[in-house]
Amino acid sequence: MQVAMNKLFGGREGLVGLAILAALIFIIMPLTFDIFRLNLVGKYLTYAFVAIGLVLCWGYGGILSLGQGMFFGLGGYCMAMFLKLESSSPESTKIQSTPGIPDFMDWNQLTALPWFWEPFHSLSFSLVAVIAVPCIFAFIISVAMFKRRVGGVYFAIITQAIALILTILIIGQQGYTGGINGITDLRTLKGWDIRTDEAKYVLYFLNGALLIGCILVGRLIITSKLGRLLLAMRDREDRVRFSGYDVSSFKVFVFCVGAMMSAIGGAMFTLQVGFMSPSFVGIVPSIEMVIFAAVGGRMSLIGAVYGALIVNFAKTFFSESFPALWLFLMGGLFIAVVMLFPNGLAGIYTSYIKPRIDAWIQGRRGGGNLTPTVPAEPQDPVSPRTAERTPASAASRSLAAGIQSEPSRS
Amino acid sequence: MYFLDKARDALKRKRLVAALGASMLLGAVSTVSAATLPTAQVNTTGLAITDSTVKVGILHSTTGTMAISETGSVEAEKLAIDQINAMGGILGRKIEIIQEDGASDWPTFAEKAKKLLEKDQVAAVFGCWTSASRKAVLPVFENDNGLLYYPTFYEGLEESKNVFYTGQEATQQILAGLDWASKELGAKTFYLVGSDYIWPRTSMKIARKHIENVLKGTVVGEEYYPLGSTQFGSLINKIKLKKPDLVFGAVVGGSNVAWFKQLNAAGLTFKKQPMLTISVTEDEVLGIGGENVEGLYSSMMYFQSLDLPGNKKFVDAFKTKWGADSVIGDVTESGYLGPWLWLRAVEAAKSFDVDKVVAASPGIEWEDSPHGYLKVDKNHHLWMKTRIGEWQKDGQVKIVYESDVIKPDPFPAGYQ
Amino acid sequence: MQAFAGVSLFSVFVLMALGLAIIFGQMGVINMAHGEFLTIGAYSTVMMSMLAEKFMPEFLPYYFIFAILVAFVVAFSIGYLVEFLMIRHLYRRPLDTLLATWGLSLIMQQIFRSAFGAREVSATLPDWLMGSWQPVEGVDIPLNGLFVLGLTILLSLAVFIFLFKSRWGLKVRATTQNRLMAGAVGISTPMVDRVTFALGCGIAGVAGAAFTTIASTGPTSGSLYIVDTFLVVVFGGAGSLLGTFASAFSIAQAQSVMEFFMSGSMAKVLTLLAVIIILMIRPEGLFSVKVRK
Repeated sequence: MQVAMNKLFGGREGLVGLAILAALIFIIMPLTFDIFRLNLVGKYLTYAFVAIGLVLCWGYGGILSLGQGMFFGLGGYCMAMFLKLESSSPESTKIQSTPGIPDFMDWNQLTALPWFWEPFHSLSFSLVAVIAVPCIFAFIISVAMFKRRVGGVYFAIITQAIALILTILIIGQQGYTGGINGITDLRTLKGWDIRTDEAKYVLYFLNGALLIGCILVGRLIITSKLGRLLLAMRDREDRVRFSGYDVSSFKVFVFCVGAMMSAIGGAMFTLQVGFMSPSFVGIVPSIEMVIFAAVGGRMSLIGAVYGALIVNFAKTFFSESFPALWLFLMGGLFIAVVMLFPNGLAGIYTSYIKPRIDAWIQGRRGGGNLTPTVPAEPQDPVSPRTAERTPASAASRSLAAGIQSEPSRS
Repeated sequence: MYFLDKARDALKRKRLVAALGASMLLGAVSTVSAATLPTAQVNTTGLAITDSTVKVGILHSTTGTMAISETGSVEAEKLAIDQINAMGGILGRKIEIIQEDGASDWPTFAEKAKKLLEKDQVAAVFGCWTSASRKAVLPVFENDNGLLYYPTFYEGLEESKNVFYTGQEATQQILAGLDWASKELGAKTFYLVGSDYIWPRTSMKIARKHIENVLKGTVVGEEYYPLGSTQFGSLINKIKLKKPDLVFGAVVGGSNVAWFKQLNAAGLTFKKQPMLTISVTEDEVLGIGGENVEGLYSSMMYFQSLDLPGNKKFVDAFKTKWGADSVIGDVTESGYLGPWLWLRAVEAAKSFDVDKVVAASPGIEWEDSPHGYLKVDKNHHLWMKTRIGEWQKDGQVKIVYESDVIKPDPFPAGYQ
Repeated sequence: MQAFAGVSLFSVFVLMALGLAIIFGQMGVINMAHGEFLTIGAYSTVMMSMLAEKFMPEFLPYYFIFAILVAFVVAFSIGYLVEFLMIRHLYRRPLDTLLATWGLSLIMQQIFRSAFGAREVSATLPDWLMGSWQPVEGVDIPLNGLFVLGLTILLSLAVFIFLFKSRWGLKVRATTQNRLMAGAVGISTPMVDRVTFALGCGIAGVAGAAFTTIASTGPTSGSLYIVDTFLVVVFGGAGSLLGTFASAFSIAQAQSVMEFFMSGSMAKVLTLLAVIIILMIRPEGLFSVKVRK
């Protein structure tokens, strides 16, 4: 039981961190913010799903994807397709030349629902699709890439190009996808109006619960043997391979998990904001999502949530008061995080704040009298203390080596 | 750099004092003092209105890719509001602006629209530019019963109780232009070119129907390029091969410049290959360069060089406020119409309540607007004339054709 | 004529990619701000054109040559500075360079916007760059396309001579192949890095200057090119200049031929898709340098 607890919550410290986050999401925010701000927080938290996925892929797996927006978008689109079909009942669309199909299809002279839209009449199918479609897509991309041992920078550039292709396709095929406008004017979910304040509260809490769930899943993965393998692989891929492990399937797995998490975020986004558009699929949002993870600390699942919250709050605040300053700040943030704080907020916490808290706790316990829990801590693989040492130095050194060795394989 | 901007703003504010004097001349609209109409009576829905002020929102992109296009609209809307304030405001109340940045990002537009309506309780919002941003905010406005004045010419197929469309819908802009081309240029074969998104695609659909069913011409090609494309070599070759009587274009943004420069360089001058566009205004020509568009035709409701008394006043006031070298395009002028149409509707309704303003709007007429007579239809679009302008080297147009006043028809029968 | 459309696209791709091929291919630095260095070149040209127009109209026909030099110098110096302040701390962390340079590109875009305004601007072209050349009736070869092609050839030759015939080139290649050993024989590798990076940026600046003849310049113009540019370099095989040429040529031809038969959007999608599929089959690109590590 104790072992399972440690695995899931990352020991006592992890549990406290999680509890603080949960309290923040479920108690403090709803009490301090009105529904308008809370809805915004809910929107930011949907980006946190992507950031958590990136922590797994990038922080632990060493796979930097610049196309997470694709999965966020695909998940969101699957949800939006269901909602759009529900709001396009023959009665509500009777002014169209073909009633019963979404309005944008009618404008594009489609006279029947395209075949791939048909199954989205069913909620259960749509919910499965939210997860399955991005997952299959991620699976195809990652198998093709990782089996051929494409990695590092190459993978980043190729995911970026795929995101570009998907954007052009969605915009170009506007009769089937709603084009650049996206799928808008979503109203009800099985007759339940998602635009009311009450619905927004419900969705916010659902979103929070799913997010905590994703963090727990992430914890499970990184505390398992797989997590250790991921770290090993990130730092010395060749050695892991020579030890007889099939490196590429681990990478495929963690990439698919990251994609699924992003997709859940996308679906929750659609539900809370009421539309989905191709502007989330492209390169710019995808890279912005990486910065959420980087600000929070690329090795910290909880940090990713704070990263997403803080960057987005800053964005809203600065674009309201100093629009011209915002891009400077955002750009500066990228540079500062990379050059000064490679471990983000989590790194600042472990190197500056945590030692003081520890000292304070020890002081209260009556000095030097170590309780058994304390020495157990550093052995815990998720402990930020281990995280602090690894990523910037060792990890990237091996990445650099990985790239340079790329051409020499042939 | 940021501070430089600030300094420039301060300068502009000084110029404004001069502008206010000029705008007094515009006082064709009567003003009612606040004393006769207490706030409780003109505002029954809890909008941000006091006895002396009324808050409105301006919602455009001032950052991101769309900032290029939307700046003009912001300037025009601010000008109109300043002029209204200088005349004593609206129902005796000064207008206060809350400006929000949509950052060229549609969800941000929706977020800011929500903020303006729910937090700031503004009486009206002037804003949005792209169709995508309008589609994103539309549910917000309908849900919160807000009021939006939307300035851009657009693809039509929309009619909302909460939105007034001060630009042209597609049929107003396209049909008159094509009729003119068929009659005056004798065009029988057409080549349709556009950027790849909803407005060009819908516009081309309407154009194709009109060409095939009404003008009995043929469409020899229809092409779309991704937004931001800068390479049109292959397309130009195709046009050369097909030799259409008229190229009908709706290429937007940065692509525009590349498109015209390359057309010119490939020897397709507009004398050899007539071309009519629905996407080029004075704003675009500033970037493209007058020498690259000499002889091109544009179909618009407004050009800066329109010789009308209302336009002269508008252009003077705009240049005094925003600098003598500023140019005014169709969308900028539509932005200017918004606050004035709102003023008329509010004064007709004697109330700021959205429902009453909306009810009072249809039928409002404006004889000497910058582009002449206009009238608000009950479908919330405007009756107006369409002009064909031929571009000159100096970046202005010579008007070669002016239509009658056209009824707006956002859901054109037979064109869908 | 259609062949020239392909050739013209090819020269645009080569110009875009040449600087990056040096920075990414030779040094392994992912410079996401490469597009902004193009824009720097373009804005310098626009500024030169405005200056020429204002102060010495008689100089207008010739200013363009001069503007190209200025574009190179400006982009080179900024590149030098960026390497000194930022890149040199990140050589061991390529994925982090990617993020940092992305941040740099955001900052540069906002600087452009504050300094030059959000509107697109374009340079006044000298008359000899306008219009077209008609070798036979019905065939018009755009002069600006020819000019860009000529510039591409010149620049490529210069880069080849620099890399393979000069002492500096020798040092650059030595550093690329074995940094430690190069340092051991007395090459100042940090200096080589700095100059190589700056050179790549300078070439981007020249490319930006050339692009003012075919398109306009706005604060975000650079970001339009970045994905294409990286794909060209990666597809050609990082580290191989010859590969960059080959890939620019094949991508340009494929795209322009497809554009002739289908719409521009679909042609773009299919080209990108083909490139990605080929990269999956041959991850090292068309040409790869075989180096023993």
